[in-house]
Amino acid sequence: MARIAGIDLPKNKRGEIGLTYIFGIGRSTAQYILEKSGIDFNKKVKDWNDDEQAAIRNIINGEFKVEGQLRSEVQMNIKRLLDIACYRGLRHRKGLPLRGQRTRTNSRTRKGKRKTVAGKKKAPKK
Amino acid sequence: MGRSIKKGPYVDQKLEQKVEKMNEGTKRTVIKTWSRRSTITPDFVGHTFAVHNGNKFIPVYVTEFMVGHKLGEFAPTRNFKGHANKKM
Repeated sequence: MARIAGIDLPKNKRGEIGLTYIFGIGRSTAQYILEKSGIDFNKKVKDWNDDEQAAIRNIINGEFKVEGQLRSEVQMNIKRLLDIACYRGLRHRKGLPLRGQRTRTNSRTRKGKRKTVAGKKKAPKK
Repeated sequence: MGRSIKKGPYVDQKLEQKVEKMNEGTKRTVIKTWSRRSTITPDFVGHTFAVHNGNKFIPVYVTEFMVGHKLGEFAPTRNFKGHANKKM
């Protein structure tokens, strides 16, 4: 069982994919790590031996911010925006998109499920 | 795309001069400005700016965390208080 950065990796996946289960590591970072430690991308996570695991751990600890640490950094950045009350902070507070996207329609990721307003006129059909 | 580093942050010349003058003297007053596009530089910290939002001037006290943002980010131009309640 490969346990890296405090989470269990899926053992039946290829190493390149398995590593992306760590928050903060995507495809390109995973490829970089494997290349640097000299492991084949296609080698399954369960087939890594202890040396290889140690090498991966070393690289991650030395060069990347992952999981809890990274999450708290993101939260800190958001908190900074909220505290100085700049435009982006205000948008965070309201749960709206920050980067000037339209909000008349779409933006459902930020706004969440539709809240239907009763009595609002529907657009006439054609 | 961000601004080229070679040029440095953009600050309106008039505003820059005013801040410099204030930093030389000890007296601190509110600086009225329309220049929402100016970047906040470390010199601005501790001053209060009255930033125009198109309608009136919003007082903005600059702290060190605000460095790098633009003045306009702190003076919202739209003021949406929510939809009116029809039944009342």
